[in-house]
Amino acid sequence: MSGMDDDIEPCGPTPSRELTQNPLKKIWMPCKNGLPERHIFQRKVCMTNCPTLIVTVGLPARGKTYISKKLTRYLNWIGVPTKEFNVGQYRRECVKIYKSFEFFRPDNEEGLKIRKQCASAALNDVRQYLTEEGGQVAVFDATNTTRERRETINRFAEQNGFKVFFVESVCEDPDVIAENIVQVKLGSPDYTHCNTEQAVEDFMKRIKCYENSYQPLDEVLDRELSFIKIIDVGRRYLVNQVQDHIQSRIVYYLMNIHITPRSIYLCRHGESELNVRGRIGGDSGLTARGKEFARCLGQFMHKQGISDLKVWTSQMKRTIQTAEALGVPYEQWKALNEIDAGVCEELMYEEIQQRYPLEFALRDQDKYRYRYPKGESYEDLVQRLEPVIMELERQENVLVICHQAVMRCLLAYFLDKTAEELPYLKCPLHSVLKLTPVAYGCKVERISLKVEAVNTHRERPENVDVTRQPEEALLTVPAHH
Amino acid sequence: MSTEQTELTQTPLLKIWVPWAGGSTNQRRGSSRPQFTNSPTMIVMVGLPARGKTYISKKLTRYLNWIGVPTQVFNLGQYRREAVKSYKNYEFFRPDNEEAMNIRRACALNALKDIANYFAKEQGQVAVFDATNTTRERRGVIISFAKEKGYKVFFIESICDDPEIIEANIMEVKVSSPDYENCDKEEALEDFLKRIECYKTTYVSLDDESDRHLSYIKIFNVGSRYLVNRVQDHIQSRIVYYLMNIHVTPRSIYLSRHGESELNLLGRIGGDSGLSSQGKKYASTLSEFIRDQAIKDLKVWTSHMKRTIQTAEALGVAYEQWKALNEIDAGVCEEMTYEEIQENYPEEFAMRDQDKYRYRYPKGESYEDLVHRLEPVIMELERQENVLVICHQAVMRCLLAYFLDKSADELPYLKCPLHTVLRLTPVAYGCKIEPFYLNIKAVNTHREKPVNVDVTRMPEEALRTVPEHF
Repeated sequence: MSGMDDDIEPCGPTPSRELTQNPLKKIWMPCKNGLPERHIFQRKVCMTNCPTLIVTVGLPARGKTYISKKLTRYLNWIGVPTKEFNVGQYRRECVKIYKSFEFFRPDNEEGLKIRKQCASAALNDVRQYLTEEGGQVAVFDATNTTRERRETINRFAEQNGFKVFFVESVCEDPDVIAENIVQVKLGSPDYTHCNTEQAVEDFMKRIKCYENSYQPLDEVLDRELSFIKIIDVGRRYLVNQVQDHIQSRIVYYLMNIHITPRSIYLCRHGESELNVRGRIGGDSGLTARGKEFARCLGQFMHKQGISDLKVWTSQMKRTIQTAEALGVPYEQWKALNEIDAGVCEELMYEEIQQRYPLEFALRDQDKYRYRYPKGESYEDLVQRLEPVIMELERQENVLVICHQAVMRCLLAYFLDKTAEELPYLKCPLHSVLKLTPVAYGCKVERISLKVEAVNTHRERPENVDVTRQPEEALLTVPAHH
Repeated sequence: MSTEQTELTQTPLLKIWVPWAGGSTNQRRGSSRPQFTNSPTMIVMVGLPARGKTYISKKLTRYLNWIGVPTQVFNLGQYRREAVKSYKNYEFFRPDNEEAMNIRRACALNALKDIANYFAKEQGQVAVFDATNTTRERRGVIISFAKEKGYKVFFIESICDDPEIIEANIMEVKVSSPDYENCDKEEALEDFLKRIECYKTTYVSLDDESDRHLSYIKIFNVGSRYLVNRVQDHIQSRIVYYLMNIHVTPRSIYLSRHGESELNLLGRIGGDSGLSSQGKKYASTLSEFIRDQAIKDLKVWTSHMKRTIQTAEALGVAYEQWKALNEIDAGVCEEMTYEEIQENYPEEFAMRDQDKYRYRYPKGESYEDLVHRLEPVIMELERQENVLVICHQAVMRCLLAYFLDKSADELPYLKCPLHTVLRLTPVAYGCKIEPFYLNIKAVNTHREKPVNVDVTRMPEEALRTVPEHF
C-alpha cells in the first residue's frame, strides 16, 4: 500500500531539507535552491504499489459489464486511473457482422480461435495501459468462465507484475437475467437487425453455449486467488484473500451498490444573500427568491410522489432553510458543506483578483487541483464526498440539497466526467437534476423551477496567465449587485 | 405538510442550524447525526471457544463507540462466572450436564434482558452478544427475542481449524482467565481443549441454505476468506468493512506530535508554522530513536502541515502526507492565544470548557468532527502493520482514544505532550502503551479543564489552567 515509488530508498538522517509550499496545491515539499525536489509524497488515493488487473467472471447477462463500468467510474472519480477492456467490443471489431449464437458454440473452432485472439489483443492493450499510459487499474471484462482462461490471465499478470482480483457474478434468477437482456442486450450492436423475440431467443442460446464449460471460482480449488463472488445481485458475497487497500475499497464498493430502481435528485440551496452580491462561500440565508424556490421545490417533490424519500442537506444555513420548506425530516451532512475558500471566503471575484491575482490565475490554470490558501480544492472535495457517494449508492430515493462545487463533484461521479470537466459543470441555482440509473449509465432530467436567480457560473477565461490584465481575468465573472 | 418559512438559529455549542419557533426547538426535523440505522441492532457472535469471538466483540465495540454509535458487549462467560462463583473444570460444559445447562440457559436469558434494558433505557444502539451460540436452537431463541422487540440481528461467525492459531489464542487470553487462576499453564491448556470438545458435538455452523434469510458474516481462518449474507443497512455494511480490514499480525503503532513549533512557543493555537530550534532537535532525536527501534517496513505518515512534514523530513525516509491528519481547525480562533480567545470570545471559551468534545469553533471544527475526519486513517491503520504517525495534539488525542478505548469526555483531555513518542502494541484484548520521552525540552501545550466553566466566570478563572508561554 502507499504511493511510494520502488526506487526511493530510506537513507540516513539528513539535515532537514528546506520546505516550500507548492503554489497550486499548497503542499509542503522539500526544495533545493528554491526549487521543489522530486521525492514528494502526498496522500493520494494511490494505494497499491503495483497495477491491478480486475478480471470479471460469469455467464452472459450476469451484470459483468454493468459492474465493470460502474467500478471504473468510481475508481476514476476517487482518483485511481482506471480503464475497462471489454472483450465483446474487440470481437465486434474483428467479426464485423454478428450472425447468430452459433459463433459461440464450443465446437466452433473458427469462432474459438477468433475469440482467443481478441482476448489476447485486449490483454495487450491492458499491458500498454498499465505500464506505459499511467493506468493503475484495468478491468478485463469478459466471461472468463473456464479455469484454463483464468490461468492464462494469471500467468500474463505475473509476467508483468500486476496483481489480479477476480469479480465473479453468479445469478440463477430468470427474472433478473431476462431484465438484463431487455435493458442492455437488445440494444447491442449484435442485434440491430433483429426484433425483440429473435434477439432474446438467440441470446438465451448464446448463454447455453457457455454453461457446459463454466467452472465457477471455487472456495477450495481457487483458495490462493483473490476474488469476490457476488451471488444473486448482492444478496450474498464470498470474499477471498483481499491483498491490499485498493482491493478492500473495491470490495466495500461492490457490497454497497444495488440495482433497485430509484432516482437521485440534486439541487443547490435557494438563492442566498451572498449569491446576489456576487460573494463566494460564507454562511448566509436565503433571499426572498431563494425562499420562493424552496417553496416550489417542496411542491415539486410532493408531486413526484416518492415514498420513502430521504432528504440530505449540508450544515450551512442556506441548504437547511431550503429543506425546512419541504416540511419533511432531513439529515444534515457536514461533508456536503461548500468548498472552503480559505482566505477568499466571502470575497467577490473582483476582490480576489485585486488581493490575490496570482492565486486567481493559478485557479484558472488548474481549477480541479487548485487549493485556496487555508482552504480546499475540488480534489479535496471529492475525497470529502466519498462517504456521501457510498451512502447514496446504498440508498434509494434521495434528494440532496447542496452547493455549486459540491453538486459539480457529485454530478461528475454520476455522469462520469473528468477532472478537467468537473469544475466547469453547469449547476445553476433553482434547477433540479433528476438522475435515474438506466442500462449502463444515468439518465439526466433537468427541471428548472421557474424562479429567477443570479447566475453564479464563471467560465474559464481565455487568458489564464499570471501576467494577464485584471480585465482579462474578470471577463467571465457573472453579473451581480 | 407545512410550508411556513421558519427562522433558523445556530446552536451555540455544535454550531448547527435549527429552526427557531419562538424559543422552542421541539419541531426539529433536521438531524445532524447520520442515521446509521433506524432500530437497535444485536450483533450475535457464533463459534467454538478460542476462535476470537471476544477479541472481535471488544474491538468492534471500541470502534463503534469511537465513531459515535453507543455499543456495549454482553459476554456470557461473565454472567456464568457470576452465577457459578468458582470454576472447577471442563465438566461444567459437558452437553449432558443438565444442571449446568440450566444455569447457562438462565445466564443467556439474563443477558438478553440486560440487552433489552440497554436499548430501552440507556440509549444503546448496538449490543454485542458475545457467546458461542453454536446451536441452531440457541440462535433461534435470540432471533425470536429480537423479532419480538423489533431489533435487527447480525451474526458474526468465526471459523478456524488451524490448531496453531487456536493454541496461541488459548495461551494469550485463556490461561490468564479468572477460570484458571489456580492452575498452571499446561493444566489450563489441557482443560480448555477438553472444553472445546464439549461444544464440537453440538456445533452447527450457519448454513448457506437453511440460514439464507439471516444477516451474517462468516470469517474463515482469521480473515483469509469471508462469506457475507444479506447486509441490511448502513451500520451492518460498516461493520463488515471494518471486520474485513482488521488483522492479528503483531505490529506496533507509534504516535507522536510534530516537534515544538514557533507558534507553540508563543502559546498560539493552530496555524501552519515551522519548527522552533528545540523542535528541530526533537526531529533529529526522533530519527535516532526510530533507527534504534529497528522496525521492519515502517510506514511514516504526516499531515499536510509544515511542522509535521519538517519533523518527518529529519527521518530521511519516505513518508505519506494525509490531509485528514491536519490539526483541528480553530476557525476564527486560529493563531490566537488563549488570552486573546478569552478577550474576544469569552462565551465561546466557556462553552468549550463545558463540552470540549462537541464544541465546534465558529467557522471551525469540533473534536467530534475530527473523529469523523480521522475514520479513514484508523481504517488504514488497521490494515497496516508498523506505522509512525506524526501529527498534532487534538488529532493524537482522537487516535489515542480509539486505541485505548477512551470516552468522549476523556478524549479532549488526554495528555499528549510534545517530544514524546507513544508506542502502541496490541496485546490480548487491548493495547499496551509505552511512552518514550525523548528528553528534548519543549513548552507544555496542555490546558486542563478549569474549575469554573460558567459563562459568567471572571477572566482569571478561565485562564487559570493556561500553560506558560512567551
